[in-house]
Amino acid sequence: MSKFKKKTDKGTPSISTASLPDIVFMLLFFFMVSTTMRDTEMMVQVRLPEATQVAKLEKKSLVSHIFIGAPSRQYQALLGTDSRIQLNDSFKTLVDIRDFISSERDALGEADKAKLTTSLKIDEDTRMGIVDDVKQELRKASALKISYAARRVENF
Amino acid sequence: MADIAFLLLIFFLVTTTMNVDTGLQRLLPPMPEDDTQVEQDVKQRNILTVLVNKSDRLLVGGEPMDVTMLREKTREFITNPNNDLDLPEKQVENIEYFGPMEVSRGVISLQNDRGTSYKMYMIVQNELIATYDELRNELSTTRFGKKYGDLNEDEQKAVQKVYPLRISEAEPKSIGGRK
Repeated sequence: MSKFKKKTDKGTPSISTASLPDIVFMLLFFFMVSTTMRDTEMMVQVRLPEATQVAKLEKKSLVSHIFIGAPSRQYQALLGTDSRIQLNDSFKTLVDIRDFISSERDALGEADKAKLTTSLKIDEDTRMGIVDDVKQELRKASALKISYAARRVENF
Repeated sequence: MADIAFLLLIFFLVTTTMNVDTGLQRLLPPMPEDDTQVEQDVKQRNILTVLVNKSDRLLVGGEPMDVTMLREKTREFITNPNNDLDLPEKQVENIEYFGPMEVSRGVISLQNDRGTSYKMYMIVQNELIATYDELRNELSTTRFGKKYGDLNEDEQKAVQKVYPLRISEAEPKSIGGRK
């Protein structure tokens, strides 16, 4: 009578799942850290144009967004399909841009005020009239650093 | 435990957006101080006007052109390889890292109509910027053996001085009633 039973071979043993929570937690933390919650609700439809010479916008805190495009489906009954400007969470007009820029600028620290970049997210079917108007307003507000948002493509 | 973690993991997987904002970066000219119109005296040969009309057609330097030809045309305009009298003058400047270099005095003047589509405008902007990027890349590869983007700040500034980005956008004017 032996004290140790001889192990009987019952197929392949299952893989230990003891380390599974560790792996899952690691992934979880990765996604939690890298995630950015979408903070503005899109009220205009924006399909960005394509470009090859795009550059990345470096610091996200220094970027303010101006959206221009046709209103989304649920607002079209009210506003029609003419291009509109969206600042933060509401439809705005040209005259509001200066206030918007100055409030964005106030939110930044003294050293960063000059580095404010305005990202123009404009639908590709927009006419240049409204874009020119917005650019003139930005010049008046002396927000001269702009970026025309575009999707990167290798060639047309 | 693992179940809850999984649930959270899937939630963050779904909500996460990894996209980075990309775009064509430009500087707007500052607004003139008062209403005095400063007429800049620029010689005709130093200007290349690029007009885009409301049906997205191009007129480059007085002749209609397809957008695919634009890059070549602007390149010829900036470099002026044969020192043509109709193409921009060059000025010899002393530039760090390079020594005396011929710098073109050409300015590209971009004008669009209020009815031009933004898509076309972006294509034209992209082509113009691409020309400058190509030229800068070529120069930095011959001089430093690296792409322009990989140079350090001082070297980039020197390359910028050889090929300064001179795209001027005319003050918008509205012709006709269409908005």
